[in-house]
Amino acid sequence: MAIEVRIPTILRNYTDGAKAVNATGATLEELIGDLEARHPGLRDRLVDAAGLRRFVNVYLNDEDVRFLGGLGTPVSDGDTVTVLPAVAGGAR
Amino acid sequence: MRFDSLIDSVGRTPLVGLPRLSPSAEVRIWAKLEDRNPTGSIKDRPALWMIEQAEKDGLLTPGCTILEPTSGNTGISLAMSARLKGYHLICVMPENTSEERRQLLRMWGAEIISSPAAGGSNEAVRVAKGLAAEHPDWVMLYQYGNPANWRSHYESTGPEILADLPTVTHFVAGLGTTGTLMGVGRFLRERVPGVKIVAAEPRYGELVYGLRNVDEGFVPELYDESVLTTRYSVTSADALRRTRELLATEGIFAGISTGCALHAALGMARKAVEAGERADIVFVVADGGWKYLSTGAYEGTLGEAEDRLEGQLWA
Repeated sequence: MAIEVRIPTILRNYTDGAKAVNATGATLEELIGDLEARHPGLRDRLVDAAGLRRFVNVYLNDEDVRFLGGLGTPVSDGDTVTVLPAVAGGAR
Repeated sequence: MRFDSLIDSVGRTPLVGLPRLSPSAEVRIWAKLEDRNPTGSIKDRPALWMIEQAEKDGLLTPGCTILEPTSGNTGISLAMSARLKGYHLICVMPENTSEERRQLLRMWGAEIISSPAAGGSNEAVRVAKGLAAEHPDWVMLYQYGNPANWRSHYESTGPEILADLPTVTHFVAGLGTTGTLMGVGRFLRERVPGVKIVAAEPRYGELVYGLRNVDEGFVPELYDESVLTTRYSVTSADALRRTRELLATEGIFAGISTGCALHAALGMARKAVEAGERADIVFVVADGGWKYLSTGAYEGTLGEAEDRLEGQLWA
């Protein structure tokens, strides 16, 4: 069982430069735990004591996990998880 | 329709059905044509509300200089109002925004200060905040944190949609300053039980995100997560594809951020069909395609257009 996790440029120093890595888990929290085992240090860049870090956005198949179930969001084989830093977007 | 002046004609835009893109008679998609505002974008509403609030508060008096970080549309709207009302306008704009926007701003008499492409609008906000600190006499309206931004949509865009379509079930718009979603969202939530408020966030290429540390991100002060039902991240490829689809199937020539919102609207339509529920989904056409012709978004294959957009702020 593998889930593709897309890594933003700024965090690729933890993944040997890889744009996307595979990880496993039944929830986002487990997935991030598995990522940490494979790429030590990454977990702290994504979460803190309060949950997902304020300026980190995580999307499950393009939907923001904060509206799905946060770190408890179920994930499954074939899903794509995208990590992005928060930026100002939209037509301003 | 008759108005006393151009400024008085802001708003009251058409809401048009999309019979070819709507999946069925029970699940319908509607476009709110904000390109029909005086300077061609939805930003005429917040620009006018922010200026008039600052006038009421005594912050703006004739001859004042207005400073604003903007990727274009807000600047163009402010430039028009500033010209008519006698203010000087300085816009801080990321250098990777389209040439049309720069020309339009100059035409209306605005001064442009460029901010570095890397970091996109975050960087423009940072530069503008620095300039504001150096020039306390300049008035920064600051669309990302000015409550008059969301109030413009609470008081105009939202009521217009509900009056035209009392059966509305979903509202979908691009997420930038978050003003449109916060204002329309709050208005509809107070009046339409169960209404879904959906954000479509543009996902840019590497350059825009590339150099930002995850601790230096930016969330607009106006953003209140509790107003939204959900939030989608839409790639340039999907936004471009939908922008072209809207033109090809319904004849609407819109900017690329509209394709972003349409992509999310079609996703919600598919969910409603699967759930066997009726839906009236309103999405925002934030502006027309004119200002993006030079980006090459409408020519050649989608792949070519996507390559040309890489590194540009298309919304």
